[in-house]
Amino acid sequence: MDSHTVAAQTAEAAHTEHEHPAFLRHHFASVEQQRETATFGMWLFLLTEIMFFGGLFCAYLIFRNWYYPAFVDGSHSLHIWAGTLNTTLLIVSSFTMAMGVHASETRMRKALVGWCIATIILGCGFLCVKAYEWHDEWVEHHVPGLNFSPEGFMKVNPDYPADKPLQLDMAEKTQVYFSLYFAMTGMHALHMIIGVSLLTILTIRAWGGAYTSGHVAPVENFGLYWHFVDIVWIFLFPLLYLISRHQ
Amino acid sequence: MSTIVILPDQTTATLPKVSYLNKEYGLKSWLLTGDHKRIAVLYMISITFFFFIGGAMAGLIRLELLTPPSDLLAADTYNKVFTAHGIIMVFLFLVPSVPATIGNFLIPIMVGAKDLAFPKINLLSWYLYVVAGIMILCVLSFGGVDTGWTFTTPLSTHYLNTHVVAAGLAVFVAGFSSIFTGLNFIVTIHRMRAPGMTWFRLPLFVWSHYAASILMVLGTPVLAITLVLVVLERTIGIGVFDPTKGGDPLLFQHLFWFYSHPAVYIMILPGMGVISEVISTFSRKRVFGYTAVAFSSVAIAVFGFFVWAHHMFVMGISSYSALVFSLLTMLVAVPSAIKIFNWSATLYKGSITFETPMLYAFGFLGLFTIGGLTGVFLGSMGMDIHLTETYFIVAHFHFVMVGGMLMAYLSGVHFWWPKITGRMYPEGVSKLAAVITFVGFILTFFPQFLLGYLGMPRRYAAYPPEFQVLNVFSSAGASVLGVGYLLPLLYLTWSLKYGKIAGPNPWQATGLEWQIQSPPLTENFVETPIVTHEAYDYEWLESKKGSEVPTVG
Repeated sequence: MDSHTVAAQTAEAAHTEHEHPAFLRHHFASVEQQRETATFGMWLFLLTEIMFFGGLFCAYLIFRNWYYPAFVDGSHSLHIWAGTLNTTLLIVSSFTMAMGVHASETRMRKALVGWCIATIILGCGFLCVKAYEWHDEWVEHHVPGLNFSPEGFMKVNPDYPADKPLQLDMAEKTQVYFSLYFAMTGMHALHMIIGVSLLTILTIRAWGGAYTSGHVAPVENFGLYWHFVDIVWIFLFPLLYLISRHQ
Repeated sequence: MSTIVILPDQTTATLPKVSYLNKEYGLKSWLLTGDHKRIAVLYMISITFFFFIGGAMAGLIRLELLTPPSDLLAADTYNKVFTAHGIIMVFLFLVPSVPATIGNFLIPIMVGAKDLAFPKINLLSWYLYVVAGIMILCVLSFGGVDTGWTFTTPLSTHYLNTHVVAAGLAVFVAGFSSIFTGLNFIVTIHRMRAPGMTWFRLPLFVWSHYAASILMVLGTPVLAITLVLVVLERTIGIGVFDPTKGGDPLLFQHLFWFYSHPAVYIMILPGMGVISEVISTFSRKRVFGYTAVAFSSVAIAVFGFFVWAHHMFVMGISSYSALVFSLLTMLVAVPSAIKIFNWSATLYKGSITFETPMLYAFGFLGLFTIGGLTGVFLGSMGMDIHLTETYFIVAHFHFVMVGGMLMAYLSGVHFWWPKITGRMYPEGVSKLAAVITFVGFILTFFPQFLLGYLGMPRRYAAYPPEFQVLNVFSSAGASVLGVGYLLPLLYLTWSLKYGKIAGPNPWQATGLEWQIQSPPLTENFVETPIVTHEAYDYEWLESKKGSEVPTVG
């Protein structure tokens, strides 16, 4: 091989290196810049989400201090087993999502699709358990505004026989607890529904091989969103279910 | 009067063959565009539309207040009109005004990028704005809403029979439009800067947009969740803000003002960015104390988050927290004053010329200073208890928002009009418009300070006859102001076809945006610029011109 062909080949190799992959948007200089930018945008979006839920957590903090006995009794009326089951479902779904990101990075198409489907199933499982709980609260007349009745809190809760029944004025304040409970779990469930819908689209595209040829950013950023929604639940679970367990 | 305008020879000058305006044709190429410049133009058209609707509402308010009794409008109609004026002007005009139009157009160019980081999200932001706008128009056509723009509970949740839910959801949607704009700006400024464009080489326009974007991103979600709670309270009756169920209406106030106080800085900071650019260009000097002005923007953004309760001094917060919030409020005056003093120092010994953008900028300096100082009056508790809910407040925030932000917006629109359209606006009539706006503004809003101090409450359709003289002054001023705003609409539209061809850099300004053709190419730069000079470096501009070979023919 004479030096001319080597030079020509090197030039050609350099040229193919400059060839942009199809997913590189025209306004980015490199794939790394595009990936970093997308991830940075996602983190910033999650920051806005923290502020969004922050308003609710702030309200929870204030009202818990004001109406402490009502919040304890309200918390005692929830099913800890359901909350624990849901927490488990979500933590496992975070694991499957993380494995999905890994599959995308290691370019394994079928594994990616499999992990995504597992995540979707776990997410739907969470929503089903949540729907069951909401139905249960409806039956018990715990939905503020629609069918709320404080009577249940003026009797001794059989699961917590040491609790004293609440006086009427404090029993009515459990309505604030349930207002926040429904607003917080409702907003969280809305995020789950959006997440499951986005993940479905992502899975269909992943089936076509869109994310197993180096274009990891969409899966990675969706993963961040999914973990964030999990983390919100990780705060909701103790605040709504566990915090008054031993009171 | 001296001038620095350098236009190409109009007999031979042509607009560039290819630009972002004529690269593609057809409605679809606009409605599905990812180009930040086209989205900026879309935004400019839509906010102008809503500005004139909001302005018409203001006209109705001033007409009603011409006479003491409630005669032109019934009291409940009056409530709906001032609510529409507030919601449209705040959420559909002031918040997106400079950032979504001029900022959208310029930030990528100023940092040396081809586009914003997320072009599709940018387009989504415009669509959300349009959806919010249509929702507000529907609310208005189906009978309006009369909560005031503040949606105060329990009034909004329990006592009104108007379209509160639809209006609240519209503001929710508009909020996400604003969040996406802010998010796009922050990511672009962090990740898309050209080689050599360090943080302290960025134009101050970019710094002030960065600060405003922080507020948009951190504040707006709190408004969103607050409105969700209001809507839930009104529709299904949850009890977070309802005292009969154990909720707390004051909590609504806290959450609402946690956004809505920073929102006034979302509205004013981008305007301050415009003023920095304009004052530097038309006094041919680097902005005095560049670093101080840059950091004062960030300081305003940070302090802005810790002063919200000064809207609630008379609403039953403890006197200790009122004391703290009063002190913190005084603190915000410091970075604002730093800006004013630095701009004045930039003017000192500069070669000042009086083009239209500069006239508007002078208007801004005077009116914003009055608006800001009366804000200090209101931040001190004793004065606030006397003046709150009077026309003094109305005058104060109109001095900041209209005298400040709208002046800055018009200044920016004139300043960058040659860049956006490639053509000059007519200088003579636009100077006249700037002066008319200033005179009309003073005539409209200065009497309101006096009215408020004398005790005329805001938000009433009727008032005692002894206030009539000042109200007539104010209404007369409003009609002058209306002329001042209609004129630019007319002559700027006229200039699209008949304006003189501007050339790339009519003002001899230093920003990166002035070093490219007007109107710019879709990808802004032919090749990625490498930045080697500071912002506002007029010597660099001179040396650059010196080495250019003048072309013939």
